[in-house]
Amino acid sequence: MSRRLRATALAGALTLAISGCGGVGGGGDSGGGATKGSGALSTMGFGLSDEIAKTRVDAFKKDHPDVQLQITEGAFDEQQFLSAVASGNPPDLVYMDRKLIGTYAKRGSIQPLTDCVEKQKIDLGQYRQAAKDQVTLDGTVYGIPEFSQVRVLYLNEALLKQAGLTADDVNVADWASLPALNTKLAKVSGGRLSRIGIDPKIPEFLPMWAKANGAEMISADGAKANLTDPKVVEALTTGVKLIQDQGGWGKFKSFRDTFDFFGAENPLAKNQIAAWPMEEWFLNQAAKNSPKAELVVKPFVDRQGKPLSMSNGQAWVVTKGAKNPEAACAFVKQMTATDTWFAAAKARAEARKAANLPFTGVWTGNTAADKKIFDELYQPTGNKRFDDAVATIREAQDIAFAMPASPAGAEFDKAWTDAVNRVLSGQAQPAEALARAQQEATAALDKAAG
Amino acid sequence: MATTVTPPVPGRRRRTPLARREARWAYVFLAPWIVGFLVFTAGPMIASLWLSFTEYDVINAPRWSGLDNYRQLVSDPQVARSLGNTVYYAALHVPLVMLISLGLALLLKRVGRWQGFFRTVFYLPVMTPAVAVGILFLLLLNTQDGLINRGLALLGIDGPSWTTDPDWVMPGIVLMSLWSLGSTVIIYLAALQNVPRDLYEAADLDGAGAWARFRHVTLPMISGSLFFTLIVNTIASLQMFTEVYTMYFGNRQTQGSFNSDAASFYVIHLFREAFQFLHMGFASAMAWLLFLIILIITAVQVKLSSRFVYYEGEDR
Repeated sequence: MSRRLRATALAGALTLAISGCGGVGGGGDSGGGATKGSGALSTMGFGLSDEIAKTRVDAFKKDHPDVQLQITEGAFDEQQFLSAVASGNPPDLVYMDRKLIGTYAKRGSIQPLTDCVEKQKIDLGQYRQAAKDQVTLDGTVYGIPEFSQVRVLYLNEALLKQAGLTADDVNVADWASLPALNTKLAKVSGGRLSRIGIDPKIPEFLPMWAKANGAEMISADGAKANLTDPKVVEALTTGVKLIQDQGGWGKFKSFRDTFDFFGAENPLAKNQIAAWPMEEWFLNQAAKNSPKAELVVKPFVDRQGKPLSMSNGQAWVVTKGAKNPEAACAFVKQMTATDTWFAAAKARAEARKAANLPFTGVWTGNTAADKKIFDELYQPTGNKRFDDAVATIREAQDIAFAMPASPAGAEFDKAWTDAVNRVLSGQAQPAEALARAQQEATAALDKAAG
Repeated sequence: MATTVTPPVPGRRRRTPLARREARWAYVFLAPWIVGFLVFTAGPMIASLWLSFTEYDVINAPRWSGLDNYRQLVSDPQVARSLGNTVYYAALHVPLVMLISLGLALLLKRVGRWQGFFRTVFYLPVMTPAVAVGILFLLLLNTQDGLINRGLALLGIDGPSWTTDPDWVMPGIVLMSLWSLGSTVIIYLAALQNVPRDLYEAADLDGAGAWARFRHVTLPMISGSLFFTLIVNTIASLQMFTEVYTMYFGNRQTQGSFNSDAASFYVIHLFREAFQFLHMGFASAMAWLLFLIILIITAVQVKLSSRFVYYEGEDR
């Protein structure tokens, strides 16, 4: 059997596994009686890909010599995780996108960390509020946040100059001015797009555009969709128009698909894009690959001109049925502690220095760690553009919002991204597409609330 | 002295001890497959049939829900859309693969001593991992810079938006699927090489032209292979997953959050329901619906085959 009824077979296999093992979580939250700080500890979804990860893991190993840490390297995989849970043999810890936590928490596949926080004396106050919102469902904390990614507005000043503009002329608060600005910056000739003026980054950033327009796409408790709000419709309409004015979605996307944000031939260096909101990590890439680029980083702003950003990132969760929850708790505490982050950032700074590259900081979900890193370790690079950018990102970290944890987060995301895609593909108008998304999201959220 | 001879029972011969021993050993050697089939295919299929009548999120114990999942199958527009897309794909893919493969096999048969080389060349793409094929075709189908639209531009044709225009997404996927027609080519080539030469010689003597030879000798003689590939390609196309999932749903790095309703295949929808939205019970019902559809299509094909397929040695 190659693909024949693969899902059927897997579904059955999982059931057989469950029936053989008596279900998930039978052992309760406290696990198999392992003593604190000893025994085997397994993780999933995490990798030792760089000095930030290695330094922190080494610190844990050094302080917990009796714990046999088993890191199964690789990105989080839903199938792998669910199969492990269903077979009654989940890893102790999983490293996953924070937006997934609500769904798994609601279904009971991950543990509330109330006891963990209390026993390990983890100071939740040190974590960023946006990150905490994403790991908290119905007032209960289910995850400990790691990195914090925020969105800022990148501008290619060389292209602005060519158009007779300055960075101040790019005013994201004034939506009415954006189409004209976009037309001025974009380069479309002979039916071919060779430079993007403004990339609104939709579908991904629609929640940020909606928030800038004063609308939340989902209620604070993650239980009610608000996709038909006229402000959400207006945000989508605005973003889609910016793309349509540059030759339409087909040309726009195909041109953007050729970008390599991780190399020397990035779109900033190749003058392929003038203005775009993006995650803060591109600053590190730009500093590394295009130190001479005329980059300006500004905060994304709402329609009143107030800085705004959207946050996302990963978190550690302890699975229901974890065999060593105490060691798991000790691990997440140490991995996200201020001193551990500082040591990791120091290793990163040294690695950058050895490679003769600028160190532009490490952005964590821990405010105290960030403060220590930027107060004690970070040194201005001497390149005003990058130094100003770092300051902008620091401010964005402090004001960022996040989509709250939702019991049907994956289905909610699918509903609104499908809506945006239908509009971009010309299959529906914004209001119509979002009305359908509202129905789909509401049905999923109501079912999950059960 | 008269001896009584017991006549053998018609249709049933008494097996010798040797035959019985051989049969026992046959079962012993078959046992690994039988056990594997029961544990890894039949068991899970039966389990999934039961799951299809439950509400099951993989994490908590299944709860009996009767026919709810099947009612939802009927009312869910996404199911209808994905099924429609899949059937549309199969309707394009299967005839195209068969026609092009047959054409290539006929050409290969004439190549002579280079045949081995070309056979390998045509088969090599089949060895390419499906994920790599998906990524490769995202690049090839790029509207502005893809090789396909660049080629069309040389002919003065403004190529379509293969990956974003809903009307062109499916033709783009079908184009991609032709990448791996090598196995069908090989099957046809083998069949063509088995057509007895004396049949062509007899046809020549009867004054048959090239088309008549192809129509009345070649096609009937390879009809068994044509039928086999019809069945296999139909089943495979109804289960299309990896390449399209890679192109439109599982590749955030190159695709961002863009996907298209036009690329929503049935098995992709099933997979997402099972593992992303944790509706394993509903996904099991979807799997059984697909199983029934495949069963019916195959049964119809087998029924019709008696009129069109010739097997050497059979009574007609």
